[in-house]
Amino acid sequence: MSERLDVRKTYKLLIDGAFPRSESGRTYEVVDAHGAFVANVARASRKDVRDAVRAARAAQPRWWGASAYNRGQVLYRWAEMADARSHELAEQVAAAEGLSAADARASVGRAVDRLVWYAGWTDKVTQVFGGANPVAGPFFNFSLPVPSGVVAVLAPRDSSLEGFVDVVAAPLCVGNAVIALASATRPLPAVLLGEMSATADVPGGVVNVLTGSLEELAPVLASHEDVDGIDLEGALGATGDLAAVAAASIKRVLRPGHGGAEAPLRRLRAFVETSTVWHTVGQ
Amino acid sequence: MSTTTLPTTGAQVRLGPGAGVPTVETEGQLRSILASLSGVDAVGAEARAARLATRSIKRATKWAALDLAISMVDLTTLEGADTLGRVSSLCAKARRPDPRDPSIPSVAAVCLYPDLVAHARERLEGSTVKVAAVATAFPSGRASLAVKLADVRDALDAGADEIDMVIDRGAFLSGRLGQVFDEVVAVKSICGDAHLKVILETGELVTLDNVRRASWLAMLGGADFIKTSTGKVGVSATPTVALVMLEAARDFAESTGRLVGVKVAGGIRRSKDALRYLVIVNETAGSAWLTPDLFRFGASSLLNDLLAQRLMQRRGVYVRPDEFSGD
Amino acid sequence: MSSRPLANSELGWLAYDPAPESASLARLAPSYGLFINGTFTDPGAHEQVPTLNPATEATLATVAHAVDEDVDRAVRAARHAYDTVWSVTSGAERAKYLFRIARLIQERSRELAVVETLDNGKPIRESRDVDIPLAAAHFFYYAGWADKLDHAGYGANPRPLGVAGQIIPWNFPLLMAAWKLAPALAAGNTCVLKPAETTPLSALILAEILQQAELPPGVVNIVTGDGATGAALVEHPGVDKIAFTGSTEVGRAIQARLAGRGTHLTLELGGKGANIVFDDAPIDEMIEGIIDGIFFNQGHVCCAGSRLLVQETVADEVLRRLERRVEQLRVGDPLDKNTDVGAINSRAQLTRIEELVAAGESEGATRYSSSCALPEQGYWFAPTVFTDVSQTHRIAREEIFGPVLSVLTFRTPEEAVSKANNTTYGLACGVWSEKGSRTLWVAERLRAGVIWANTYNRFDPTSPFGGVRESGFGREGGRQGLAAYLDV
Repeated sequence: MSERLDVRKTYKLLIDGAFPRSESGRTYEVVDAHGAFVANVARASRKDVRDAVRAARAAQPRWWGASAYNRGQVLYRWAEMADARSHELAEQVAAAEGLSAADARASVGRAVDRLVWYAGWTDKVTQVFGGANPVAGPFFNFSLPVPSGVVAVLAPRDSSLEGFVDVVAAPLCVGNAVIALASATRPLPAVLLGEMSATADVPGGVVNVLTGSLEELAPVLASHEDVDGIDLEGALGATGDLAAVAAASIKRVLRPGHGGAEAPLRRLRAFVETSTVWHTVGQ
Repeated sequence: MSTTTLPTTGAQVRLGPGAGVPTVETEGQLRSILASLSGVDAVGAEARAARLATRSIKRATKWAALDLAISMVDLTTLEGADTLGRVSSLCAKARRPDPRDPSIPSVAAVCLYPDLVAHARERLEGSTVKVAAVATAFPSGRASLAVKLADVRDALDAGADEIDMVIDRGAFLSGRLGQVFDEVVAVKSICGDAHLKVILETGELVTLDNVRRASWLAMLGGADFIKTSTGKVGVSATPTVALVMLEAARDFAESTGRLVGVKVAGGIRRSKDALRYLVIVNETAGSAWLTPDLFRFGASSLLNDLLAQRLMQRRGVYVRPDEFSGD
Repeated sequence: MSSRPLANSELGWLAYDPAPESASLARLAPSYGLFINGTFTDPGAHEQVPTLNPATEATLATVAHAVDEDVDRAVRAARHAYDTVWSVTSGAERAKYLFRIARLIQERSRELAVVETLDNGKPIRESRDVDIPLAAAHFFYYAGWADKLDHAGYGANPRPLGVAGQIIPWNFPLLMAAWKLAPALAAGNTCVLKPAETTPLSALILAEILQQAELPPGVVNIVTGDGATGAALVEHPGVDKIAFTGSTEVGRAIQARLAGRGTHLTLELGGKGANIVFDDAPIDEMIEGIIDGIFFNQGHVCCAGSRLLVQETVADEVLRRLERRVEQLRVGDPLDKNTDVGAINSRAQLTRIEELVAAGESEGATRYSSSCALPEQGYWFAPTVFTDVSQTHRIAREEIFGPVLSVLTFRTPEEAVSKANNTTYGLACGVWSEKGSRTLWVAERLRAGVIWANTYNRFDPTSPFGGVRESGFGREGGRQGLAAYLDV
């Protein structure tokens, strides 16, 4: 009995809500944990980075301008989409990370739950990070957390989905737009999750997912003057160099290695600025 | 009133029920009237407009509203590519929006550039449809007063019934209110029997406080209509802007006894939007404004959608866009 | 131009044609049992009490009258669920249940809106655009807190109280259920909810939703009944917490009864909110705010802006515009999408409104009521404004809980504050001015739990709501709302 032949998918970039191949036309081979060929994946160029930053910059004010409630609903919708397609994600996580089917399913479950956790933060960060300040004088004074703006994230090399969710959802949740560089060797779960964002009412340009070479693209992101912050979680040995490059444009830099229970909360705070307002009080 | 030697303050002009249209002789008087107007809270105004948009217009009310809306349309073409042929078909459509159904009213007017007025006048002979001309260096208004007045005279000489002038938004935004006012007065003074619509271009005035002040400025200057937009900038008529202008018209009428019309223009394409504007008219200025004499839609594609809705009401099914002529 | 204005009668504009929402969307059962331990009891096992449509006086359905034994079963079910399931369910899992409930409310929002309007008498526009979306939003908001309690400002690992008894009023039936259940469940409590006698239906639809969400049995129990049912819940020794929203009179009695016990208590009671209008207020939006403040939900709002304090310099103009606007309000069929003011919820409430309005007239205040026509059947009261009201009049001091506004004037900000505070209540106030500095000055001096500036009757799950003094204590909404259900 002959088995039905698969219809295979082309894995592309996510920029500005659309799925282009790299403008360079380049691809690279992605293999699974056992070294078997999986797919030819788009290899983004510096011009793709440029386009992604432009899209993120244009989209960010609307994302931040939406109500926190609305942003929470969108992130939760993303989690719903991911949960509904969790088998697909689990297959790719298993292939990428070499996990058993059960372990991969558990990993996807944790990733989705983490997304739900972030969805619940959107309308709470202001209350937890902000507040009124009892200044001495006839003034009403309060401080609010506001997003840094456009944030580049280098997703971790190994944790293809769970790690990706953390680095992407944290800056999104507080109102940033994100350009994520997926793990170079295990990009497919991230690409899939990106596709799901496009069916979850995430506005185009708010989440951009690039695949390609870390060595080639990370310096472009770190040096780009219109990127406000960079998460170096997946920078591997290049952390110091990239942080130095980022210093030229006074970027907010989150260095890797912050494990532990408080890590996600630290991520939430990493790309947030404090805005303080004074107002007079008098008859 | 001239713009160079004005005193900067003036006597407080009394505004109140039945006070008549105040005489504005100095820029100071004008400023004092405009300063006495209440501010507009944008959040509250948006909320009010949004709530009125939830009104549900059904059955006989909808029938009547669709016909009323058709009768309020200023069927508009304002393109560099306009030709006599295009104007001819526009005029035919204006007279008889759907030749198969004579019960459909004519539109209120056609609206075009001054050089096409004579041709339209000819084509509309014997109909109730008015000819409106955009003048005063439409749409930017960036020309000397002499050129603007010449533009208006051209249109009037060619037989225009209505003049749609633009205010100098640059002057308004930089605080030269006297200059803006003087231009309105000057245009009004040569209009004779022609009706003057003053376009505020609210998309460039931006704030609702500005919209309210510009509305009063135009009405004090003699406008027969205040109009939202040219349709040539990014933001045209919005329900909230219409709400604020209708409040101004209502308050002006209450204070002076003079009824000034409101025209919303630009971006209104759907019957549903038109009905929403009529609800805002009804519940803000009141039903006295529900006449083409006091409310207009500046639009082109809206007319076909009104016709389609009308036909759909009768047939009970949705109809093809191709039921109606493309002009 | 020659065209003549079309007369109103030709267009039917002032009335608009009827645009009714379909009552059949409600899908009600003829009778309901109690929702205990995840299932509905047999309706036949209880005394059945009719619940009426106040707009028609027709019976919508009959509901069970829960007696002491029923309340006891419900509390035991809640205790069992707390001990065996809910207290060992992680915050993240509790969150996911609450998110499910929120989504199900959204999915069934149209049906819920119709049920709410039928049972309560409020306009469909309000149940559709305010009550139901806000109820869903509350579940969404507190869902997010369930696994973040450590960050709520109450120290690490705050503990729930246990079994919460929750008694809610008839003015916002589903929304009040959401205000009570969402924070309680997020914090890890189990609940016994007692809906109001005249508006039990939306809570029973909510019970169906809880089943669809597969919330573990006993985590939420819903017992319908009257004041005796509520008293049984308050008296029950197995309840760790009572949350009550309703009249000050009943709240006082509950606090007295619980005085000797360790039962936690929060009360959200009456109010006599002042809406303070300065002469530089944005006038059109302020008029809308006054209207919303007192005629929203027929004035059946504990935080209603039932006293208008207007600066003397603008009093005449404000009143002239207010009267014009009141005349425009469409009073009638609550299911009609164009109705602004619906039916009074019950005969008893109508009687109370009529009695206080009569007192206003006999004490010398000047009454103006809308000339709108009122339906023959059902309970109705025309929107009413009293002028020439003095501080000593009953209509200036007592909560009317109806579409009746009392207007007083003031000359200075101090006088405004002093008059606004001259009440035993302290729930909400409004301030209207374009001068931010003065608004904040006034706000600092008002004794009220909520102060709205240039708006009125705004609610949001992130914003704490509740009163001071005889308007009660405890907050619902926001981070502060969690404290009502945590042992902190």
